Amino acid sequence: MSVYNTKGRIFNIQRFSIHDGPGIRTIVFFKGCYMRCAWCCNPESQEYDIQIMIENGNDKIVGRDVTVGELMPELLSDMTYYRRSGGGITLSGGEILAQPDFARDLLCACKENGLHTAVESTGNAPFENVEKILPYLDLYLMDIKHMNSAKHKEYTCAPNERILENAKKIAQSDVELIIRTPVVPGFNNTEEEIRAIAQFAASLKGVKEHHLLPYHRLGQDKYAGLDRNYALKNIEPPSQEEMETLLKVAQESGLYCQIGG
Amino acid sequence: MENIKFVLEKSARIDKLIDDLYAKMPEIESARALLITESYKQTENMPTIKRRSAAFAHILRNMPIVIRDKELIVGSFTVGARGCQVFPEFSYEWLVSEFETIGTRSADPYYISEQTKAELREALPYWKGKTNSDLAKANMEPDAYEAFATHNIYTPGNYFYNGVGHVNVNYKKVLEKGYHGIISEAQAALNKLEITDADYINRSNFLCAVIESCKAAIEFAHRYAELARETAEKESCPVRKAELERIAENCMHVPEFPASNFYEACQSFWFIQLLIQIESNGHSVSPGRFDQYMYPFYKKDLDAGKITPEQAQELIDCIWIKLNDINKVRDWASAEGFAGYGMFQNLIVGGQNQYGLDATNDLSYMCIEASMHVPLPQPSLSIRVWNGSPDSLMIKAAALTRTGTGIPAYYNDEIIIPAIMSRGVSLEDARDYSIIGCVEPQKGGKTDGWHDAAFFNMCRPLELVFSNGVDKGVQIGPKTGDVTQMLTFDEFYNAYKKQQSHFIKLMVNAINAVDLAHGERCPLPFESCMLDDCIGRGKSAQEGGAIYNFSGPQGFGIANNTDALLAVKQLVFEEESVSMAEMRDALKANFGYGLTGAAAERVTTEIATELAKEGIEINDKVIRAIYDEVATAKSIPAEKKERYREIKRLIEETCPKYGNDIYEADMFARDVANSYTKEVEKYKNPRGGVYQAGLYPVSANVPLGAQTGATPDGRLAYTPVADGIGPASGRDVKGPTATANSVAKLEQGVASNGTLLNQKFHPSALAGMSGLTKFVALIRSYFDQKGMHMQFNVVSRETLLDAQKNPEKYKTLVVRVAGYSALFTSLSRSLQDDIINRTEQGF
Repeated sequence: MSVYNTKGRIFNIQRFSIHDGPGIRTIVFFKGCYMRCAWCCNPESQEYDIQIMIENGNDKIVGRDVTVGELMPELLSDMTYYRRSGGGITLSGGEILAQPDFARDLLCACKENGLHTAVESTGNAPFENVEKILPYLDLYLMDIKHMNSAKHKEYTCAPNERILENAKKIAQSDVELIIRTPVVPGFNNTEEEIRAIAQFAASLKGVKEHHLLPYHRLGQDKYAGLDRNYALKNIEPPSQEEMETLLKVAQESGLYCQIGG
Repeated sequence: MENIKFVLEKSARIDKLIDDLYAKMPEIESARALLITESYKQTENMPTIKRRSAAFAHILRNMPIVIRDKELIVGSFTVGARGCQVFPEFSYEWLVSEFETIGTRSADPYYISEQTKAELREALPYWKGKTNSDLAKANMEPDAYEAFATHNIYTPGNYFYNGVGHVNVNYKKVLEKGYHGIISEAQAALNKLEITDADYINRSNFLCAVIESCKAAIEFAHRYAELARETAEKESCPVRKAELERIAENCMHVPEFPASNFYEACQSFWFIQLLIQIESNGHSVSPGRFDQYMYPFYKKDLDAGKITPEQAQELIDCIWIKLNDINKVRDWASAEGFAGYGMFQNLIVGGQNQYGLDATNDLSYMCIEASMHVPLPQPSLSIRVWNGSPDSLMIKAAALTRTGTGIPAYYNDEIIIPAIMSRGVSLEDARDYSIIGCVEPQKGGKTDGWHDAAFFNMCRPLELVFSNGVDKGVQIGPKTGDVTQMLTFDEFYNAYKKQQSHFIKLMVNAINAVDLAHGERCPLPFESCMLDDCIGRGKSAQEGGAIYNFSGPQGFGIANNTDALLAVKQLVFEEESVSMAEMRDALKANFGYGLTGAAAERVTTEIATELAKEGIEINDKVIRAIYDEVATAKSIPAEKKERYREIKRLIEETCPKYGNDIYEADMFARDVANSYTKEVEKYKNPRGGVYQAGLYPVSANVPLGAQTGATPDGRLAYTPVADGIGPASGRDVKGPTATANSVAKLEQGVASNGTLLNQKFHPSALAGMSGLTKFVALIRSYFDQKGMHMQFNVVSRETLLDAQKNPEKYKTLVVRVAGYSALFTSLSRSLQDDIINRTEQGF
């Protein structure tokens, strides 16, 4: 069966994305996630089911089923921009590894059309799912949020052992791996924690970059739209100074570090 | 770390000059108007061309001159900074009628003293019946006049009331030969004539006028030399004294003789630029490829160790300031259309040379640097882009874009060169193009492009389809039939094209009427001596002396018409969910919404005037009742109102919109655009040239939108029409790449008088080197798809809203309006709103 017939569930396509991998990119957001991060800015991505979300007072259907073949024309329409900027396609979510066959076939179709491919993923899935996508992948943007498994579980509803294990395995492959850490006040914004993550990242073979992504509140309204409670209501985004301090700490690892994607 | 080339220090002088420039509101001065009137009274029996040069010489000998504190480049248009002169030979009655309101109007106010008013009141009546505008009107078919004066289908108003400008003269020739050299050239041409030649009289009159004009220009510079010397003698500061002595030397030598160094070339350049604008008040007098013709002078001095890059930069910065020291007063309606004290002096850097090789040089970068040092609206800096443009130039330009002044604009060699070649320009000349005014390409030094011939509001013919050609009770368009009886969409679409073609014909008549008037009443011998081949042909550019001649009227409203036609197609003809009668009534009723603000007041006045004509007594009570109805639409029954609003919702929510990379919608937009451009290119002008359409409204989309009823794209009555060739405000929802892909589907090469795409970015999109490189990639990608022009506003919405609230804090906030940048606070409120409402492309 052709990869173009594989069906999956997505909830958004965002063109002209300039912070999720190199160059100008189009992001495909997968629906459904294994984790429930308290700060998640795309809460509508978490449930696999198609949902209704209230946006600016109107009902909006979140989620649709598409085949790879149906997606490709839109993904190819910014070809000139990818070529000029060294950009391409990024699959994000949700957790793309929750739909491994769809992710694999979509990436395969992108490669067939000469596109640079990236995924944003926590890697929290059986490694056999990760292995499916690696042959068609140029860049893995992987989240490492916390080194302490209990704390990780408290804020994301998942322990971190499998994530760290998979990170080591991905690092053994030919795929470029960049480690990203959302800096969330009260969770991981200490120098010790950032240092620990950076050192882990530096220990991975082939990893050259570590990105610190400051927590932001842009997704807050969506929680109300989904009739859900936003757990981090009283948290202020980290200040520029705080981020600069943590950046210096991360840089001690010897990796190239930056604030933002 | 960002590695941007040619970051040079700004001299302290520059900020002082800028502060002085904006210290006061600009003022109208009377000197030129009084002098030209005096001269014309003495030359009534002379041929027009000689009257023109005699008047020019009289003005230059007698107008007050001034050297401003700390200036290095001298020559001023007015005694006060940023002031303007009056040009009664083109038109003047509007000015007299606006004496009392001009200081307080919303767009481009000017101070005018009681003494100036009195002087002008005495002098100006001489011009009654003698102006260019009077003759233009007399030349025009009555229908053609009414269609613009009463019905606002199009407006040839710019050249109807003003000089033409819109020229890029041969600066290089003056820099290399001096006016002395041009006098010799004219004299040689004169010597070759036989007095028995059939055209001897016209030719010799013209050549004598050229010689007199050039001599006057030289004398004018000598007056400055004298003033500089006198000022130097009184000057106590030794540094300034030396500067003034150098200025005196410069002005004795240029523009009379070839410039012998970079400083002289700068001074000579400025005299050319200033003098053209004293001869005529046409705007868009564009310096063109400044980096090309100035470079040899810079290189020679640099190699000889006579100048440092910093010294050269200071001189360029000084020129930038002088370009902002010149101003033009327009009637209030035109001021709305060209809002922001626009002078549109377009200066372009980079691109290919005549041999097809990249021409970028150090000055290309230093011009960009100058626009960073002098963050003001002038010059309209432009960048030519092609596959061979160095990335470092693009990054430098992007860094300037990021400052938020809307400068520079980017132009694509790869489409402009073939586009103007298709109009008969040679390959070598086409490669050497520059941009005039907003976006209009031409080969400088050889072209009389008439680039701003008219604006044509494409939404109006569509409105007339619904009224069977009737506007304000008059049958002005063809009878295309009862719209409710049309059986197919093609019938409807053809009716639109038929209405449009009819008014394009009338517009061509109106434009040609104005064109002939300029040739007959206001030929420009001084400007013409710097345009090939006027001296050779022995006639002014206005009479057809230039090698390339065009007339360029711009169409606008493509986005609204595309969305409107698609909505009619889908709702009325395909789904049959809205009947044509309902659509017509909904438009008439403004979709059940009342009017607000100025539109409500104007419509109230119109209705009251109509009623008065019918003999109904108009008193306060009647006015209040009319206004009440206009503002609330309360007489429309509730269920109808609901239905009309429902129709608007259907249009907005279910119909495809141009600008979202939807192939069918975009290809339809292409056809709509071609319905205008391919009709316009059929016609010829009186100077022996052809018509070529442009697609952009400058800022006329706001005032002309205010004359346009509701349209079937859901646009409410009297609100702005879409700007440029971009999508209608807020209707593009898929980001800048999708928008650019859509716009690139238009056949832009046919719009060889220029197209314009505004994009608005949030500053964060250009952050860091990575932001700049992605921004450059975006421009290059649009250009890969043969887009012609792109320009950007990079100011956050919050900043603009704050500037509306606290204008005093934002006196020099410059934004991109249309093909130019202007001071935000000098724009009318409705234009400010229009800019704020353009879709902001974030990510």
